Amino acid sequence: MSDDWRPSGDGDCLMARASLLRGIRDFFEREDVLEVETPVLSSAGNSDPRIESLSIDINGQRFWLQTSPEFAMKRLLAAEHRAIYQICKVFRGGERGRNHNLEFTMLEWYRPGWTHFELMDEVARLIALALGRAALPTGTLTYREAMRTHGQIDPWLCGENDLRTAVGELGADASLDRDEALDLIFSVRVVPNLDPDSVIFIHAFPESQAALARLDEELGYPSARRFEAFFGGMELANGYHELTDPDEQEQRIKTELEQRRRAGLEQPTADHRLIKALQHGLPACAGVAMGIDRLLMLRSGARHIDEVLCFPVERA
Amino acid sequence: MASYSTNEFKRGLKILLDGEPFNIVENEFVKPGKGQAFSRVKVRNLRTGRVVEKTFRSGESVEAADIFEKEMQYLYADGEFWHFMVPDTFEQYAAEEAAVGESAQWLKEEDVCQIMLWNDSPLSVLPPNFVELKITETDPGERGDTSSGGVKPATLETGAVVRVPLFVNEGEVVKVDTRTGEYVSRVK
Repeated sequence: MSDDWRPSGDGDCLMARASLLRGIRDFFEREDVLEVETPVLSSAGNSDPRIESLSIDINGQRFWLQTSPEFAMKRLLAAEHRAIYQICKVFRGGERGRNHNLEFTMLEWYRPGWTHFELMDEVARLIALALGRAALPTGTLTYREAMRTHGQIDPWLCGENDLRTAVGELGADASLDRDEALDLIFSVRVVPNLDPDSVIFIHAFPESQAALARLDEELGYPSARRFEAFFGGMELANGYHELTDPDEQEQRIKTELEQRRRAGLEQPTADHRLIKALQHGLPACAGVAMGIDRLLMLRSGARHIDEVLCFPVERA
Repeated sequence: MASYSTNEFKRGLKILLDGEPFNIVENEFVKPGKGQAFSRVKVRNLRTGRVVEKTFRSGESVEAADIFEKEMQYLYADGEFWHFMVPDTFEQYAAEEAAVGESAQWLKEEDVCQIMLWNDSPLSVLPPNFVELKITETDPGERGDTSSGGVKPATLETGAVVRVPLFVNEGEVVKVDTRTGEYVSRVK
């Protein structure tokens, strides 16, 4: 008889999680950010070619499990214009490993009227709080600086051969496309070499990796107003100065669905209700999504996400 | 032959890459939040012993390597091949020098070895962890002579040379750890 009815995490992790959630709620209450709940199910899926949305059939209609509460929260923002946060379960197919479980807990919040730089400060404060520290040292660098320093690659200038050589050194073959190559170099050369004891923000991502962030040329080259936060060797958060233009958002979704089609991937139903909300008007805002399980891993020194979960997918 | 997808990757899985058999030593799922997922593996070439790093897109497939490990009894060597037999079935296999390698010096008739087969052909031979072999040649040790650190070389019946304590003599049987090549004890 196997023991798979038992939680994989221990009693200490249960208490740590309860304490963290309490701490997060206190933080946002002090900051006057409202907790909201939006549905886990949606009639639309995620068009991002790198994320696999899971779906279920309800009476002949397809619904998708959220990969993040972003679209629903933006619809809410367009109606309510106030700072909101949510702690919820999200689902991403094919993601399983030391830092990944198919189903995980996301904290996501939005600050109308803020830029993503102001939001970065708040992210650093929250991470410090989560780790029981009064404050943590921080560092900020652009994606370009990070890749040049640690990957010896300038994503805005490098040629196909430079990338091919770089990924060849990592045991990958030449079939990787430009973004895949950048992703691999970023994950293997940059992330493990960031100071694990500081909250490091990497911002100004390449255009091709803008996702739902605004684009600009403030740095003298086109980049996305997007950031990621790292601590302890782990990616903890992803944030944007949010795209609010409905036409551009619709175009990005179309482009992503086309990329999916070309890659032989399914094309989920696009979220037309999000577009309607943007047409009504999303306030200028910055938003961020943070992985709660990974925060717990850092807090408890866990080497594997299963140590902080009750029941990882294999024993759900 | 069957194939494995990266989500089946785990330590000990035997795969074929560019026609060479490999064993997965380490496997890691790597994915930037909004980026491409990869499976990064450390693999050992089962023919050469070399360990290399490989990166696959998550979801890619690789060919399974037809690798089996079987326990076999060592029979004899004929100068070109080392011959082994599976005890229950009496099947015989002939291993080349490349497959036997360093293990040759420990092989004694009837000892049970671990043979790795690739496409039903011996790829490597692992002797038992401990073997008992007779000393065929060694100098008589002078009691109290500590100038050599208390050990002297001894040639064993298989041709292997190990360092033994001075009080051990020719004709005696000694137990040797084949993983380290070190003397363990005398055998009565």
